[in-house]
Amino acid sequence: MSDAVTAALATTGPGADPFALLGLPRGMDVDPHALDDAYRQLQAQVHPDRFADKSEAERRVAMQWAAAANEAYRTLKKPLSRAKHLIESAGVGLGEQDNTAMPADFLMQQMEWREQVAEARAHRDDKGLRHIEHDIRGAEGRLWPLLSERIAAGDWPAAADAWRRLRFLEKLHDDIEDVRAALID
Amino acid sequence: MALLQISEPGQSTAPHQHRRAVGIDLGTTHSLVATVRNSIATVLPDEHGRVLLPSIVRYGQEGVVAVGVEAAARQAEDPRNTLASVKRFMGRGLADVVKTHQGDLPYDFVDSPGMVQIRTAAGVKSPVEVSAEILRVLRQRAEASLGGEITGAVITVPAYFDDAQRQATKDAAQLAGLEVLRLLNEPTAAAIAYGLDNAAEGVYAVYDLGGGTFDISILRLTKGVFEVLATGGDSALGGDDFDRRIACWAIEAGQLPPLGARDLRALQVEAREVKEALSSREAARFHVKLQSGDPVDLTLDTATLESLGANLVTKTLKPCRQALRDAGVDIGDIKGVVLVGGSTRMPMVRAAVAEFFGQAPLTNLDPDQVVALGAARQAHLLAGNRSGDDWLLLDVIPLSLGIETMGGLVEKIIPRNATLPIARAQEFTTFKDGQTAMRIHVLQGERERVDDCRSLAHFELRGIPPMTAGAARIKVEFEVDADGLLAVTAREQSTGVTAQVAVKPSYGLSDDDIARMLRDSFDHARDDLDARALAEVQVDADRLLDAVRAALAADGEALLSDTEREAIEARIVALAEARAGTDRSAVRMASDALSTATDDFAARRMDASIRSALAGRSIESI
Repeated sequence: MSDAVTAALATTGPGADPFALLGLPRGMDVDPHALDDAYRQLQAQVHPDRFADKSEAERRVAMQWAAAANEAYRTLKKPLSRAKHLIESAGVGLGEQDNTAMPADFLMQQMEWREQVAEARAHRDDKGLRHIEHDIRGAEGRLWPLLSERIAAGDWPAAADAWRRLRFLEKLHDDIEDVRAALID
Repeated sequence: MALLQISEPGQSTAPHQHRRAVGIDLGTTHSLVATVRNSIATVLPDEHGRVLLPSIVRYGQEGVVAVGVEAAARQAEDPRNTLASVKRFMGRGLADVVKTHQGDLPYDFVDSPGMVQIRTAAGVKSPVEVSAEILRVLRQRAEASLGGEITGAVITVPAYFDDAQRQATKDAAQLAGLEVLRLLNEPTAAAIAYGLDNAAEGVYAVYDLGGGTFDISILRLTKGVFEVLATGGDSALGGDDFDRRIACWAIEAGQLPPLGARDLRALQVEAREVKEALSSREAARFHVKLQSGDPVDLTLDTATLESLGANLVTKTLKPCRQALRDAGVDIGDIKGVVLVGGSTRMPMVRAAVAEFFGQAPLTNLDPDQVVALGAARQAHLLAGNRSGDDWLLLDVIPLSLGIETMGGLVEKIIPRNATLPIARAQEFTTFKDGQTAMRIHVLQGERERVDDCRSLAHFELRGIPPMTAGAARIKVEFEVDADGLLAVTAREQSTGVTAQVAVKPSYGLSDDDIARMLRDSFDHARDDLDARALAEVQVDADRLLDAVRAALAADGEALLSDTEREAIEARIVALAEARAGTDRSAVRMASDALSTATDDFAARRMDASIRSALAGRSIESI
């Protein structure tokens, strides 16, 4: 373990950086199996159930560590939230509420997809939904390598831009899933 | 790894000392208790060999209470005072109960703040008190069977129970004189029993249709870890609903006149028997003699039952789809489907589950017992009976938590299916100049509007220093423990002035209520008589003194200031003096004082030991 990681653990405790807490190298490239293993090992050491016969004060400390372990796992599990953490901890805001920064052509494409989703919903057209999903995946496939590359290079403004686009596309996926659920019920 | 030596009196586990812990399935229709004996989980029968205790309590005019079979036998005759399925009213207000049951229950409901109550011949009773009667019978059964007092219990609750329903369940256990080791979700308990018996690995679904509640949980079982990925359900859907449909069918098919409470109850009791009979037959006779003396004599066949219950079964599939989506798994990833709850004996339910998941469900464990057996194993573990093959349980919160914001909307702070325990904070600010107080409304549910979510608590943060609008920084912190129970605190922090409030959900009983009810109950008097003898208190004091002295020797220098150290040492002297005397309560008070004085020290040692354990881990793994 690097000295920096030890220092992060020693100074911030349950509030430590998620990578440090889980003992994983910092960056976008996280092996999902290594992450799962690290999380389970961490919980096995800190979970309050491990200290069920200890005093209230002691179990409280364990609970804080276990809550921190859950938060760290949640942050690193999905690539988009992992990227968010890396970008924000570099001091760059993502302005999730504010999409005025997006270029016009991207916003146009968004609107077009949303209209297609609404249309597929009205016609109960699952094939149409799959078609839109295919297009979105294509766009994501181009953005992901860009995001990882920009983060690795420490080019935070460009990383933030790619992140915002991917976040838009994720919301679109969610909307499509909602439509699908509504069509079944 | 020598970690933590400071423990509260009575909480330290001497090696090889077996602790009597039980698992209790507090069900809508029936309840049962189980324990682990010689490493095997086993259900405990009553003196007649019966395992299932009907969850029915009868309050007679003399105030005599009958619980179980005896009460069940009288329900058609005395429906108003014979309370069945009270689990459906736990943590629920009158409005909820009326909305869900549309006046088809024979009880005399009384509106009361927080939770509905029921007027009986023995007075007004809350669902918590009724549940406590059931738990008390099970506690006595366990104590008789195990030959001594119970150290603690794991009580199961539907995974989809919200905070108010969980709190009510915990209050009931406390009222029954049980130390709650954990509230455990029913499907998770079933997964523990199933997983440990079958050495299962992979992603499993647990489909739990009980008497009054429906749960679906998706779990990942990995060596030694039970990880709930998502849960969903309907806390007002179960076997009772099928009974009611059958009773309505009987009224229509038999062209019955308007009926009173006794007749309605009799129809529902018969409906349940007919439903159960149809799990193994094609047709069954529906026979009831009405108060008027007229007989109802009908025949119900499986095809009619299936049409009556079809949309109830369909109603369970929507939460299944949602849980799969929340868990991020496809139906094809599911390795097995475990069936729990008596209602899963219905062939129509089994067929629907098989079709939905594309595989025959697993039925090798008794669906009535599997929850209690899993709870018993968890209780055994939590009571400190560690063995070589301990497992770890990671459960989730079933419903999102949030607070009210402007315009009657709910801002979510913790999303559903987040892994427990959880601590999460959000900052808010004032919206008027000079505002010195803020009202905080805590809600649970998935909908956006306050009116569509369950209100858990209101509290006010006072003493905010007057500032311009938007300058105050109020941090609201949500903490959900491993039982799924919430605590909220709020602090104003921009000026360093802090105000803090901890809330108990408004549906829970206050500690005063519990204390009063405990005083009222007969068992409390007995507990006092059985209070620990002097020798026992002295043993605890010795253990505490040894532990604190050892802790001081090991870490006192590093973790305590001189003042802190002196304060602890003064209490050591005080306890040693009390210990030499014969005043039992003086020894106990001095022990409590020393425990309290060492709380911070204990917390710091715990933190330090976790840090060093983690540092060790990382060095090994790199």
